[in-house]
Amino acid sequence: MRSLRSSEYHPGSRKYPILIEPYDLMKAIAKKKVRVVDVRKTEEYREGHLPTAVSIPLANVLNAEGLEKVVEVFENAGIDDDIHVVVYDDTFGALAARVAWTLEYIGHQNVSLLSVMYSTWKFMGLKTEKRNVVYKKAKHSLNVNKDILATVDYVNSSVGQDGKVLVDSRERLNYLDHHIPKAINIPWKTFSGENKILRSPGELKRLVQNRGISNTQEVITYCGSVGTLSGLAYYALQLAGYRNVKLYAKSLKEWKSLGLPTEIVHDANYWDLSAG
Amino acid sequence: MKSRGQSRRLQIKRTKENWARPEEVNTFAEIVKLYRQKKIGEEEFRRFRLQNGTYGSRMQANFSMVRIKVPSGIITPEQLEKLAFLSDGFSIGGAHVSTRQNIQLHWVQLDDVSEVLRGLEEVGLTTREACGNTIRNVVCSPFAGVCPNEAFDATPYAKAVAKFFLRNPMNQNLPRKFKFNFACCQEHSLVRIADVGLVPAVKEVNGQQVKGFRIYLGGGLGPASFIAELLEDFTPMDDVLPTCMATVRLFDRLGDREKMHRNRMRYLVHDMGFVKFQKLVLKERIIVNATKSTGVKLEIVEEETPSAAPAIVSHESNVNPTGFQRWLRTNTVPQKQRGYVMAFITLQSGDITSRQLKAIAEICREFSAEGCVRTTPSQNIVLRWVLRSDLPYLYEKLVAAGLANPGALTIASTVGCVGTASCNLAITNSHRLAKEIQGKFIELGIDTEDGLRDATIKISGCPNSCGQHEVATLGFYGGASRVNNSLAPTYIMLLGGSTGENASLGKVFTRIPAKKVIDILLKIIELYRQERKEGEKLNEWIDRILRGEGTGSVKNSEGLKVIVDKIAQLPSPEESPDSYVDYGNETRFTAKTARGECAA
Repeated sequence: MRSLRSSEYHPGSRKYPILIEPYDLMKAIAKKKVRVVDVRKTEEYREGHLPTAVSIPLANVLNAEGLEKVVEVFENAGIDDDIHVVVYDDTFGALAARVAWTLEYIGHQNVSLLSVMYSTWKFMGLKTEKRNVVYKKAKHSLNVNKDILATVDYVNSSVGQDGKVLVDSRERLNYLDHHIPKAINIPWKTFSGENKILRSPGELKRLVQNRGISNTQEVITYCGSVGTLSGLAYYALQLAGYRNVKLYAKSLKEWKSLGLPTEIVHDANYWDLSAG
Repeated sequence: MKSRGQSRRLQIKRTKENWARPEEVNTFAEIVKLYRQKKIGEEEFRRFRLQNGTYGSRMQANFSMVRIKVPSGIITPEQLEKLAFLSDGFSIGGAHVSTRQNIQLHWVQLDDVSEVLRGLEEVGLTTREACGNTIRNVVCSPFAGVCPNEAFDATPYAKAVAKFFLRNPMNQNLPRKFKFNFACCQEHSLVRIADVGLVPAVKEVNGQQVKGFRIYLGGGLGPASFIAELLEDFTPMDDVLPTCMATVRLFDRLGDREKMHRNRMRYLVHDMGFVKFQKLVLKERIIVNATKSTGVKLEIVEEETPSAAPAIVSHESNVNPTGFQRWLRTNTVPQKQRGYVMAFITLQSGDITSRQLKAIAEICREFSAEGCVRTTPSQNIVLRWVLRSDLPYLYEKLVAAGLANPGALTIASTVGCVGTASCNLAITNSHRLAKEIQGKFIELGIDTEDGLRDATIKISGCPNSCGQHEVATLGFYGGASRVNNSLAPTYIMLLGGSTGENASLGKVFTRIPAKKVIDILLKIIELYRQERKEGEKLNEWIDRILRGEGTGSVKNSEGLKVIVDKIAQLPSPEESPDSYVDYGNETRFTAKTARGECAA
């Protein structure tokens, strides 16, 4: 596994890199300079987790009604405005990305994703622990970062607009079957590395440029239901150096529930090519 | 499980081939960009991408099928894992094994193809000359090297021919595509449906055993199909490459570059007559031999293999998982090397998921002494050099990966080209039909009947024969017909085709609606069971009926046709709307096609 120095990425005004490497995280944990957040299910957390990691299952974030409640979820995990938060999961980084994005949305500026999944961390023989980690409740302010969210109205008004690209992050067969009109398809796995949740910034940049997206354009990502896979795409684009990226967090699930139109790729029985 | 002991396993040393060239990746990316900027015209771009194995997807300018050349069908675990990774990232999370041992990734965004090539290059694979007017993937029998009836292992020669012609200037702009097929023996062979087919042979010359090939020329399937003919009794090894070169040169010089539908070499051979063509080849070979430089030769890398499994492997396992005996019977064959077995993995119409690709990589590392697998012309995958005593454990691993379906070496292993799932030329969904037949046959246990074992079913979605329907016992190709004033998906059925060195083309039998194909197959099997002679196989019974020598209620093909045509009757669209909808579709059938990509 190629080790990437965290110093390689400091795009934009970020104080901390988008991705943090396992060994860098180990050091940060040892220095007690970081709040590690485990977004897997509670049962999985109980089986073992990264040292000092606090449990915030993705569902707790998604189910919190209203932004004040969302802030409270993070406050209960001892997250204040300044602490560096590192989020991880065991689902290709997609759940972690959605939680990290939420933190950024409520105005937290110091968030990173662990570059590998929990299972890889374990495979690497790095330390884990089982204790239930609890932190003193902290105080976090609410400064909504509206720029990174795309609402349904915003997406609807963006369809077909010059300078805006809608990216469907679902798998290819789902896209061929139906998608938001004019959306292009970059399946989330296009961005996945062979052992890491995302490829290197150079590769990501090349992939996105190959698809004809320039970094002067605004990119909106969406996926099938709650913005997890597209959350990962959101960070892939950031890592590729694209600054103007928004997440349509409620994604196709909301789009379809509102009866908005979708497009389909005609003239082929592509599903018949899928095996087993 | 560990007690099986890794230590007593021999590992066969295989040379790793690198078919790729890194510079071709960036070139491809650059050319796509120029094309997008409209600096390169449609036709020029089309030729370029086809030369690099990138085929257009059905009715979609932005999507491609990436055809990966797999010479001799040999593929390593590392390559399988890379294919899994690439299919997840850029395709549909799976791949497709073709009847010419290629592996195809479908529905790849054109602008991502260079990234796929980049990944392939990392593991030594290429798409170069997988499509277009070039020498396509060199096919070799998956039994080569382990077949009890072979004169010698053809694999090193097949690989050397592939290596010689890949990127060779003489093969960059042929009148049309050109195919080499290597056999292991008389039986396991597709040599007579290729432009050049080669069967290993040994001849006694001056008291010495000399290696060589029987070379067949001018075969091929398509709207008009021809069986290749033997060039000479025996071609000694020194003359093999000159013969191949002479044939390619003649085709390049004399082949038709005008009429797209008649420019395969088989038409050239047919039009001038084989005897004349034969003379020309032999004469051209003299010129090649007289003028080629001494460096022009096949690079043969012989690999040593054991003649039997290590003797200590004697204890048979007592493990007998459910379904194991059936799978053992329908999916495994002993190798000529005692104690070793070939184990076939049954795919459905050649489809395989990325997860399964990864599973096979792991299984291959654990169970195959040669450390690679081969794709087969029946669209399956075979693990070779498996210890007989390991089979129950192998089976359990295959079950866990969803890869333990029985029937690989039987009639149930139906071949189906991609059809309307991705091809511009297809009229019907042959791909899905093949899967439906396979599923039904396995459900009914048809794969377990010895009499049905050697018969084959092959289906193409149009007359162009990618499904090789003409060499099937029961072959089908797709079309559209007006029935009861409505358009219905139909198939022309052919009977009595066969592969092997004595291959013959099937005879056109009758036209039947897609939705009646399974009923008719089952009826034919039922009739066969009633009327067969003792020990007679289905393919033998069909041949006898075609000769008009039936002894029961079916005397000849006309008699069979009466029975079949009765079942083939379709109710009106009002009574049975589903009969007018093709497999895998929800709406009424329409026959849509677009320009083919087979020729550049």
